[in-house]
Amino acid sequence: MGHTFAEKVLARKAGLESVVPGQIVTVRPDKLLTHDNTSDIARKFREIGVTKVADPAMHVIVLDHVTPAANETYAISHKATRAFVAEQGIESFYDIGEGICHQVLPEKGHAWPGAVIVGSDSHTPTHGAFGAFAAGIGRTEAAAVMATGTIWLRVPETLRIVLNGTLPPRVSAKDVILRIIGDLRADGADYCSVEFTGEAIRTMSIAGRMVLCNMAAEMGAKNAVVEADETTLAWLAGRTPWDIETLRRWATEFRSDPDATYARVIEYDVSDLAPHVAKPHTVDNVVPITEVTGVKIDQALIGTCTNGRLEDLEVAAEILRDNHIAPGVRLLVLPASREVLLAAIERGIIADLVAAGATLLNPGCGPCLGAHEGCMAPGEVTISTANRNFKGRMGSKDAFTYLGSPATVAASALAGVIADPRKR
Amino acid sequence: MQTKITGRVWKYGDDVNTDVIFPGKYTYSLTDPAEMAKHALEDLDPTFVANVRPGDIIVAGKNWGCGSSREQAVVCLKEAGVGAIVARSFARIYFRNAINYALPIVTCDAVDSVESGDEITIDFAAGTVTTPRATYTFPPFPPEVMAILEAGGLIPYTKQVLGVNRCE
Ligand code: SF4
Repeated sequence: MGHTFAEKVLARKAGLESVVPGQIVTVRPDKLLTHDNTSDIARKFREIGVTKVADPAMHVIVLDHVTPAANETYAISHKATRAFVAEQGIESFYDIGEGICHQVLPEKGHAWPGAVIVGSDSHTPTHGAFGAFAAGIGRTEAAAVMATGTIWLRVPETLRIVLNGTLPPRVSAKDVILRIIGDLRADGADYCSVEFTGEAIRTMSIAGRMVLCNMAAEMGAKNAVVEADETTLAWLAGRTPWDIETLRRWATEFRSDPDATYARVIEYDVSDLAPHVAKPHTVDNVVPITEVTGVKIDQALIGTCTNGRLEDLEVAAEILRDNHIAPGVRLLVLPASREVLLAAIERGIIADLVAAGATLLNPGCGPCLGAHEGCMAPGEVTISTANRNFKGRMGSKDAFTYLGSPATVAASALAGVIADPRKR
Repeated sequence: MQTKITGRVWKYGDDVNTDVIFPGKYTYSLTDPAEMAKHALEDLDPTFVANVRPGDIIVAGKNWGCGSSREQAVVCLKEAGVGAIVARSFARIYFRNAINYALPIVTCDAVDSVESGDEITIDFAAGTVTTPRATYTFPPFPPEVMAILEAGGLIPYTKQVLGVNRCE
C-alpha cells in the first residue's frame, strides 16, 4: 500500500517502517522556529529546570513581529531573546531588519525536502513550499522541544488539492487559495496534511507555492506541502547545507506514492479564475472581486509572510508606476525580508512604489497583528495582502479588513476603492 | 485531573478565533496570566470577564480556537476560571495548547442542546457530557495525551520525563 508525503516523512523521522493516520509518533525535528515569542518560551524552558537546550543547531530564531521595538516592553523582550541566544550558543539568530521568520528561514537554508520543521507560529506550514513537513506548535511545546529535542505528532490524514490549467493575467496564487478557503471553510482541512499538486503548481513560482502553504493554515491544516521539483531545487541551490544530489534524492523519496490513501481529493481548473477577496471578519468569507468593487478604503497594505516577496512588489509596481495612489488612501509596503528589499531596490521597484505615494516600512510583520506601524481607527477599512482579517487584528475591533492579492491591493490603492486588477 | 466536573455554561458559535479569545495586540506585551484573564473573550463577549465563575464550562460549535498559535487564548480562559471547553471540533494548535496547559477539552455536539446558564456535567472516566436535555459521548484521549493531562500539563510532564527535581 502506498503512503502520503506526511506518512513517509513521519515514519522516517520516527524510525518506523511505516505509520498510519491517527498514530502518535515522537520525532526529533530538524528545525525549531521561534520569533519575538522566544523570550517567553525561554522563560518556560527555564521553568522546566534544565539549563542547556538539547540542540543549539536545531534553533532558528528571528525577531520580526514588533521590530524595531515599539516601546520599552518589546525592547526588554528583544533584549532577553538576544541574551538567550548568546547564553545557549545559538548560531541561526536573525535580528531585526532581516525579515519575517517564514521568509528568512528558507532564505537562510533551513528548509529542504523531507525536513521536519516545527515553529511557535501558526503559519509555519509555509515551509511545505520547499517539500518540508512543517507545522505550528504552541509556546509551551516549543519550550519542551528546547529541553528534550523531541515532540509528539499525530500522523495526519491527507487532503489532496489538484490545480489544473494556467492562471489568467493578474490572477495569482493568492486568489487560488482564497477561493479554496472560501469553498472548504475555516475548518475544511482541520488536522490534515494538505498536498497541492497539478499542472498549475508545476508552473508556479516558489513565492506562489509559499502563498498556498502559508494560507492552508487558515483552513485548519496541520501542514501543507508542494512536492519538491526542479523549481524547488533551483531555489534551494547554495542555500542549504546539502548538495543538490542529496536534495534531489530526498525530493523523490518523500513524494506521495501514486496509490497513497487520501481522506479527500479536490480538483480545480484555475484557467478562468477571477480575483477573489475575503471580506471582514473571517478568512473564509470569500467572494469574487466583482462583488466588492467600489468599497471605499482608507488603507492598503502590501507585505506580510503571505505576499511580501519580490514578485508581489513587482506586480504592485507594474500597476502603480507613473501613477499616484488616490487622495486619502495610505499605502503601506513591507518587503518580507532584507533580501527581498535589496532585490526590489536594485530593480527600481521600491522607487516606483514610493514615488506613487507608498509608505515604505522595514522588513517584518508590521501592522499585520495590530501591534504597531499602521493600526486602524474605528470605522476604517484596510485592504491587505495578509492572511487574516479577524475582528480587532489590525487595531480597532470596529475596523474592517479585506484580504486580496498584491495586484488587487495595488489597483485598489490607485482607485481609492476596492478595484479589479484585471482592468489596470 | 478530576474525573468528573459540573459547571455553568457559556455558549458560543462556530469558528471562534484566537484573536477574539485573546487580542493580538496584547500577545507580546502581557505576560502575567492574571492580567491575560482580564482580556479573555474581550472582542467577542464583553460581559464574560465580569461574570465568569470558577468551574464554568464553555460550550461551542465547530473549529473553536482557529487562527494563531497563541497559547494565551488557552491561558486567559484557564486563569479566568474556565473548567473545561466542550466544542463540536477544535482547531489543531488550540487542541494541543489546551492539553499542554492541562485545560480539559472535549469534542462532542453538546452545543446542540444547551443554553448559556445551563448546568452540565462532564465525566472523563465514562466519556460522557450530560446536559439538561441530552447525553453525549466522546472518545477517550490517547495514552500519550492522557499522560500530559495527568501530569498537570506539558511542563510538569517534561520535568518527569527528564527526571528533573520536581520539589523546587
Ligand atoms: S506577517 Fe503576520 S501572519 Fe506572518 S508571521 Fe508576521 S504576524 Fe504572523
